[in-house]
Amino acid sequence: MNWLLYLLTMIFLIYSYVKDRNKTKKSLSKAWKAFENILPEFLVVIIMVGLMMAILDPDLIVKVIGEDSGWLGVVLASIVGSVTLIPGFVAFPTADLLLQGGAGYMQIGAFVSTLMMVGIVTMPVEVKYFGGRITLYRNAMAFVFSYIVAYAISLVVNLV
Amino acid sequence: MIKVIIRYRWFLLSLVVMGAVTAVDGDLGNRAIDTTMMTIKEMLFIIPPIFVLLGLLDTWVPKDTMVKYMGDGSGLKGILLAFFIGSAAAGPLYGAFPVAAVFMRKGVKFSNILIFIGAWSTTKIPMFLFELSALGAPFAITRLLVNIPGIIIIAYLLNALVPKAEVEALYLNAEKMGE
Repeated sequence: MNWLLYLLTMIFLIYSYVKDRNKTKKSLSKAWKAFENILPEFLVVIIMVGLMMAILDPDLIVKVIGEDSGWLGVVLASIVGSVTLIPGFVAFPTADLLLQGGAGYMQIGAFVSTLMMVGIVTMPVEVKYFGGRITLYRNAMAFVFSYIVAYAISLVVNLV
Repeated sequence: MIKVIIRYRWFLLSLVVMGAVTAVDGDLGNRAIDTTMMTIKEMLFIIPPIFVLLGLLDTWVPKDTMVKYMGDGSGLKGILLAFFIGSAAAGPLYGAFPVAAVFMRKGVKFSNILIFIGAWSTTKIPMFLFELSALGAPFAITRLLVNIPGIIIIAYLLNALVPKAEVEALYLNAEKMGE
Protein backbone atom coordinates (compact mmCIF):
# COMPACT_ATOMS: atom_id res chain seq x y z
CA MET A 1 0.00 0.00 0.00
CA ASN A 2 2.83 2.38 0.83
CA TRP A 3 4.28 2.33 -2.66
CA LEU A 4 0.95 3.64 -3.89
CA LEU A 5 1.29 6.65 -1.61
CA TYR A 6 4.80 7.27 -2.90
CA LEU A 7 3.73 6.84 -6.52
CA LEU A 8 0.85 9.28 -6.05
CA THR A 9 3.10 11.81 -4.34
CA MET A 10 5.71 11.54 -7.09
CA ILE A 11 3.12 12.03 -9.82
CA PHE A 12 1.70 15.12 -8.14
CA LEU A 13 5.15 16.47 -7.44
CA ILE A 14 6.37 16.04 -11.02
CA TYR A 15 3.16 17.50 -12.39
CA SER A 16 3.51 20.46 -10.04
CA TYR A 17 7.15 20.96 -11.04
CA VAL A 18 6.31 20.95 -14.74
CA LYS A 19 3.50 23.45 -14.27
CA ASP A 20 5.16 25.85 -11.86
CA ARG A 21 8.62 25.55 -10.42
CA ASN A 22 8.20 28.29 -7.83
CA LYS A 23 4.95 26.93 -6.51
CA THR A 24 6.59 23.51 -6.16
CA LYS A 25 9.45 25.02 -4.20
CA LYS A 26 6.95 26.79 -2.00
CA SER A 27 5.03 23.53 -1.47
CA LEU A 28 8.15 21.72 -0.38
CA SER A 29 9.16 24.49 1.95
CA LYS A 30 5.65 24.42 3.43
CA ALA A 31 5.91 20.65 3.82
CA TRP A 32 9.19 21.00 5.63
CA LYS A 33 7.89 23.79 7.87
CA ALA A 34 4.79 21.78 8.80
CA PHE A 35 7.04 18.86 9.68
CA GLU A 36 9.59 20.88 11.61
CA ASN A 37 6.78 22.55 13.49
CA ILE A 38 5.51 19.28 14.93
CA LEU A 39 8.83 17.43 15.17
CA PRO A 40 9.40 18.00 18.92
CA GLU A 41 5.99 16.48 19.72
CA PHE A 42 6.55 13.64 17.24
CA LEU A 43 9.81 12.72 18.95
CA VAL A 44 8.19 12.67 22.39
CA VAL A 45 5.39 10.45 21.08
CA ILE A 46 7.87 8.06 19.51
CA ILE A 47 9.81 7.63 22.74
CA MET A 48 6.61 7.18 24.73
CA VAL A 49 5.44 4.53 22.27
CA GLY A 50 8.78 2.77 22.65
CA LEU A 51 8.53 2.71 26.44
CA MET A 52 4.85 1.76 26.44
CA MET A 53 5.36 -1.10 24.03
CA ALA A 54 8.34 -2.40 25.98
CA ILE A 55 6.22 -2.55 29.12
CA LEU A 56 3.07 -3.81 27.40
CA ASP A 57 4.55 -6.33 24.99
CA PRO A 58 2.16 -8.71 23.19
CA ASP A 59 2.90 -11.51 25.69
CA LEU A 60 1.77 -9.36 28.60
CA ILE A 61 -1.28 -8.14 26.69
CA VAL A 62 -2.28 -11.74 26.04
CA LYS A 63 -1.78 -12.53 29.72
CA VAL A 64 -3.88 -9.58 30.88
CA ILE A 65 -6.84 -10.02 28.55
CA GLY A 66 -6.18 -13.51 27.28
CA GLU A 67 -8.66 -15.36 29.47
CA ASP A 68 -12.32 -15.00 28.66
CA SER A 69 -12.59 -12.43 31.40
CA GLY A 70 -15.99 -10.82 30.83
CA TRP A 71 -16.50 -7.13 31.48
CA LEU A 72 -13.31 -6.76 33.49
CA GLY A 73 -11.46 -8.08 30.46
CA VAL A 74 -13.24 -5.57 28.26
CA VAL A 75 -12.24 -2.73 30.59
CA LEU A 76 -8.62 -3.90 30.67
CA ALA A 77 -8.59 -4.39 26.91
CA SER A 78 -9.88 -0.87 26.34
CA ILE A 79 -7.26 0.62 28.68
CA VAL A 80 -4.46 -1.32 27.01
CA GLY A 81 -5.76 -0.27 23.60
CA SER A 82 -5.89 3.38 24.64
CA VAL A 83 -2.33 3.62 25.91
CA THR A 84 -0.72 1.68 23.08
CA LEU A 85 -0.01 2.66 19.54
CA ILE A 86 0.61 -0.34 17.34
CA PRO A 87 0.83 -0.24 13.56
CA GLY A 88 -1.93 -2.28 11.93
CA PHE A 89 0.35 -4.96 10.60
CA VAL A 90 1.31 -5.78 14.19
CA ALA A 91 -2.07 -5.01 15.76
CA PHE A 92 -4.18 -7.54 13.89
CA PRO A 93 -1.80 -10.46 14.40
CA THR A 94 -1.72 -9.46 18.09
CA ALA A 95 -5.51 -9.47 18.15
CA ASP A 96 -5.45 -12.89 16.53
CA LEU A 97 -3.02 -14.05 19.21
CA LEU A 98 -5.44 -12.77 21.83
CA LEU A 99 -8.24 -14.81 20.29
CA GLN A 100 -6.09 -17.91 20.40
CA GLY A 101 -5.17 -16.99 23.97
CA GLY A 102 -8.84 -17.38 24.87
CA ALA A 103 -10.05 -13.78 24.79
CA GLY A 104 -13.61 -13.22 23.61
CA TYR A 105 -14.65 -11.10 20.65
CA MET A 106 -15.92 -8.39 22.98
CA GLN A 107 -12.46 -7.93 24.48
CA ILE A 108 -10.80 -7.95 21.07
CA GLY A 109 -13.38 -5.45 19.80
CA ALA A 110 -12.64 -3.09 22.69
CA PHE A 111 -8.91 -3.53 22.16
CA VAL A 112 -8.93 -2.93 18.40
CA SER A 113 -11.35 -0.02 18.60
CA THR A 114 -9.54 1.89 21.35
CA LEU A 115 -6.21 1.09 19.75
CA MET A 116 -7.27 2.98 16.65
CA MET A 117 -9.50 5.71 18.01
CA VAL A 118 -8.03 6.58 21.40
CA GLY A 119 -4.48 7.86 21.54
CA ILE A 120 -3.13 8.66 24.98
CA VAL A 121 0.49 8.77 23.88
CA THR A 122 -0.26 10.85 20.77
CA MET A 123 -2.03 13.52 22.83
CA PRO A 124 0.92 15.96 22.68
CA VAL A 125 0.52 16.10 18.90
CA GLU A 126 -3.27 16.33 19.01
CA VAL A 127 -3.25 19.10 21.63
CA LYS A 128 -0.97 21.22 19.48
CA TYR A 129 -3.58 21.37 16.70
CA PHE A 130 -6.86 20.93 18.56
CA GLY A 131 -6.22 22.26 22.06
CA GLY A 132 -6.65 20.46 25.37
CA ARG A 133 -10.41 20.43 25.63
CA ILE A 134 -11.23 18.98 22.21
CA THR A 135 -8.45 16.42 22.53
CA LEU A 136 -9.78 15.29 25.89
CA TYR A 137 -13.41 15.20 24.74
CA ARG A 138 -12.60 13.38 21.50
CA ASN A 139 -10.59 10.70 23.23
CA ALA A 140 -13.17 10.29 26.00
CA MET A 141 -15.99 9.92 23.48
CA ALA A 142 -14.00 7.49 21.37
CA PHE A 143 -13.28 5.47 24.53
CA VAL A 144 -16.95 5.20 25.49
CA PHE A 145 -17.91 4.54 21.87
CA SER A 146 -15.48 1.62 21.77
CA TYR A 147 -17.67 -0.19 24.31
CA ILE A 148 -20.61 0.11 21.93
CA VAL A 149 -18.42 -1.27 19.15
CA ALA A 150 -17.26 -4.13 21.38
CA TYR A 151 -20.81 -4.99 22.38
CA ALA A 152 -22.07 -4.89 18.78
CA ILE A 153 -19.25 -7.13 17.62
CA SER A 154 -19.91 -9.70 20.33
CA LEU A 155 -23.62 -9.73 19.42
CA VAL A 156 -22.98 -10.21 15.71
CA VAL A 157 -20.22 -12.77 16.08
CA ASN A 158 -22.38 -14.85 18.43
CA LEU A 159 -25.27 -14.67 15.96
CA VAL A 160 -23.24 -15.70 12.93
CA MET B 1 20.53 27.28 20.79
CA ILE B 2 18.58 27.98 24.00
CA LYS B 3 15.45 28.28 21.87
CA VAL B 4 16.06 24.86 20.37
CA ILE B 5 16.58 23.34 23.80
CA ILE B 6 13.35 24.90 25.05
CA ARG B 7 11.43 23.64 22.03
CA TYR B 8 12.78 20.15 22.49
CA ARG B 9 12.66 20.11 26.31
CA TRP B 10 10.04 17.35 26.50
CA PHE B 11 11.96 15.26 24.02
CA LEU B 12 15.16 15.71 26.05
CA LEU B 13 13.27 14.80 29.20
CA SER B 14 11.88 11.65 27.59
CA LEU B 15 15.40 10.73 26.46
CA VAL B 16 16.50 11.04 30.10
CA VAL B 17 13.58 8.82 31.17
CA MET B 18 14.52 6.29 28.50
CA GLY B 19 18.12 6.34 29.74
CA ALA B 20 17.02 5.92 33.35
CA VAL B 21 14.77 2.98 32.44
CA THR B 22 17.61 1.33 30.55
CA ALA B 23 19.96 1.84 33.51
CA VAL B 24 17.48 0.24 35.92
CA ASP B 25 16.27 -2.57 33.65
CA GLY B 26 18.57 -3.14 30.68
CA ASP B 27 16.27 -5.67 29.06
CA LEU B 28 13.22 -3.42 29.19
CA GLY B 29 15.29 -0.46 28.02
CA ASN B 30 16.61 -2.36 25.05
CA ARG B 31 13.15 -3.40 24.00
CA ALA B 32 11.99 0.21 24.33
CA ILE B 33 14.89 1.38 22.17
CA ASP B 34 14.12 -1.31 19.58
CA THR B 35 10.50 -0.22 19.33
CA THR B 36 11.52 3.42 19.19
CA MET B 37 13.86 2.70 16.28
CA MET B 38 11.11 0.75 14.54
CA THR B 39 8.68 3.65 14.98
CA ILE B 40 11.27 6.13 13.68
CA LYS B 41 11.74 3.95 10.61
CA GLU B 42 7.99 3.85 10.09
CA MET B 43 7.83 7.61 10.52
CA LEU B 44 10.68 8.25 8.07
CA PHE B 45 8.94 6.06 5.55
CA ILE B 46 5.38 7.23 5.80
CA ILE B 47 5.67 10.85 6.92
CA PRO B 48 7.51 12.44 3.94
CA PRO B 49 4.80 11.74 1.33
CA ILE B 50 2.06 12.91 3.70
CA PHE B 51 3.80 16.21 4.31
CA VAL B 52 4.71 16.71 0.64
CA LEU B 53 1.07 16.10 -0.30
CA LEU B 54 -0.15 18.55 2.30
CA GLY B 55 2.38 21.12 1.06
CA LEU B 56 1.10 20.69 -2.50
CA LEU B 57 -2.50 20.89 -1.31
CA ASP B 58 -1.66 24.07 0.57
CA THR B 59 -0.20 25.91 -2.41
CA TRP B 60 -2.20 24.49 -5.32
CA VAL B 61 -5.78 24.13 -4.11
CA PRO B 62 -7.44 27.53 -3.72
CA LYS B 63 -9.31 28.19 -0.52
CA ASP B 64 -12.53 28.86 -2.46
CA THR B 65 -12.47 25.38 -3.94
CA MET B 66 -12.00 23.75 -0.55
CA VAL B 67 -14.73 25.90 0.97
CA LYS B 68 -17.07 24.93 -1.84
CA TYR B 69 -16.50 21.21 -1.42
CA MET B 70 -15.95 20.91 2.32
CA GLY B 71 -16.78 24.26 3.93
CA ASP B 72 -19.98 25.63 5.43
CA GLY B 73 -22.90 24.68 3.23
CA SER B 74 -21.06 21.79 1.60
CA GLY B 75 -23.63 19.47 3.16
CA LEU B 76 -23.56 15.77 2.39
CA LYS B 77 -20.86 16.26 -0.24
CA GLY B 78 -18.51 17.64 2.42
CA ILE B 79 -19.25 14.79 4.82
CA LEU B 80 -18.64 12.15 2.15
CA LEU B 81 -15.41 13.80 1.02
CA ALA B 82 -14.14 14.04 4.60
CA PHE B 83 -14.91 10.35 5.04
CA PHE B 84 -13.30 9.37 1.79
CA ILE B 85 -10.07 11.37 2.24
CA GLY B 86 -9.68 10.09 5.82
CA SER B 87 -10.33 6.48 4.79
CA ALA B 88 -7.97 6.59 1.83
CA ALA B 89 -5.17 7.82 4.06
CA ALA B 90 -2.14 5.86 5.09
CA GLY B 91 -0.15 6.17 8.24
CA PRO B 92 -0.74 6.53 11.95
CA LEU B 93 -3.25 8.99 13.43
CA TYR B 94 -0.62 11.55 14.36
CA GLY B 95 -0.12 12.14 10.63
CA ALA B 96 -3.74 13.31 10.36
CA PHE B 97 -3.41 16.32 12.63
CA PRO B 98 -1.07 18.39 10.43
CA VAL B 99 -3.40 17.68 7.49
CA ALA B 100 -6.28 18.93 9.65
CA ALA B 101 -4.36 22.18 10.15
CA VAL B 102 -4.16 22.68 6.37
CA PHE B 103 -7.91 21.97 6.15
CA MET B 104 -8.51 24.67 8.77
CA ARG B 105 -6.47 27.15 6.72
CA LYS B 106 -8.52 26.24 3.67
CA GLY B 107 -11.79 26.95 5.42
CA VAL B 108 -13.03 23.37 5.79
CA LYS B 109 -15.98 23.14 8.18
CA PHE B 110 -14.97 22.02 11.66
CA SER B 111 -17.41 19.10 11.79
CA ASN B 112 -15.96 17.83 8.50
CA ILE B 113 -12.44 18.05 9.92
CA LEU B 114 -13.60 15.97 12.88
CA ILE B 115 -15.15 13.41 10.52
CA PHE B 116 -11.89 13.30 8.60
CA ILE B 117 -9.97 12.64 11.84
CA GLY B 118 -12.44 9.92 12.83
CA ALA B 119 -12.19 8.24 9.43
CA TRP B 120 -8.40 8.40 9.44
CA SER B 121 -8.33 6.87 12.91
CA THR B 122 -10.49 3.88 12.26
CA THR B 123 -12.02 3.30 8.81
CA LYS B 124 -8.86 3.28 6.71
CA ILE B 125 -9.41 1.09 3.67
CA PRO B 126 -6.02 -0.72 3.68
CA MET B 127 -6.48 -1.47 7.39
CA PHE B 128 -9.99 -2.74 6.77
CA LEU B 129 -8.73 -5.29 4.26
CA PHE B 130 -6.08 -6.41 6.71
CA GLU B 131 -8.66 -6.66 9.50
CA LEU B 132 -11.00 -8.62 7.26
CA SER B 133 -8.42 -11.31 6.66
CA ALA B 134 -7.06 -11.39 10.23
CA LEU B 135 -10.26 -11.26 12.28
CA GLY B 136 -12.95 -12.30 9.85
CA ALA B 137 -15.86 -10.66 8.05
CA PRO B 138 -18.38 -10.50 10.93
CA PHE B 139 -15.83 -8.68 13.10
CA ALA B 140 -14.52 -6.26 10.47
CA ILE B 141 -17.84 -5.45 8.82
CA THR B 142 -19.69 -4.93 12.12
CA ARG B 143 -16.95 -2.61 13.28
CA LEU B 144 -17.10 -0.63 10.05
CA LEU B 145 -20.90 -0.36 10.10
CA VAL B 146 -20.94 0.81 13.73
CA ASN B 147 -18.03 3.18 13.12
CA ILE B 148 -19.59 5.12 10.26
CA PRO B 149 -22.51 6.55 12.27
CA GLY B 150 -20.28 6.67 15.37
CA ILE B 151 -17.73 8.93 13.70
CA ILE B 152 -20.46 11.31 12.53
CA ILE B 153 -22.15 11.39 15.95
CA ILE B 154 -18.85 12.04 17.74
CA ALA B 155 -17.99 14.78 15.24
CA TYR B 156 -21.31 16.58 15.69
CA LEU B 157 -21.32 16.14 19.47
CA LEU B 158 -17.82 17.58 19.71
CA ASN B 159 -18.77 20.39 17.39
CA ALA B 160 -21.77 21.23 19.58
CA LEU B 161 -19.89 20.95 22.88
CA VAL B 162 -17.00 23.22 21.99
CA PRO B 163 -17.57 27.00 22.10
CA LYS B 164 -17.41 28.75 18.72
CA ALA B 165 -14.69 31.08 19.98
CA GLU B 166 -12.43 28.13 20.76
CA VAL B 167 -12.83 26.74 17.24
CA GLU B 168 -12.06 30.16 15.79
CA ALA B 169 -8.91 30.32 17.91
CA LEU B 170 -7.85 26.94 16.50
CA TYR B 171 -8.34 28.18 12.95
CA LEU B 172 -6.27 31.26 13.74
CA ASN B 173 -3.57 29.08 15.26
CA ALA B 174 -3.51 26.92 12.11
CA GLU B 175 -3.22 30.09 10.04
CA LYS B 176 -0.13 31.09 12.02
CA MET B 177 1.44 27.66 11.58
CA GLY B 178 1.22 28.03 7.81
CA GLU B 179 3.09 31.32 7.65
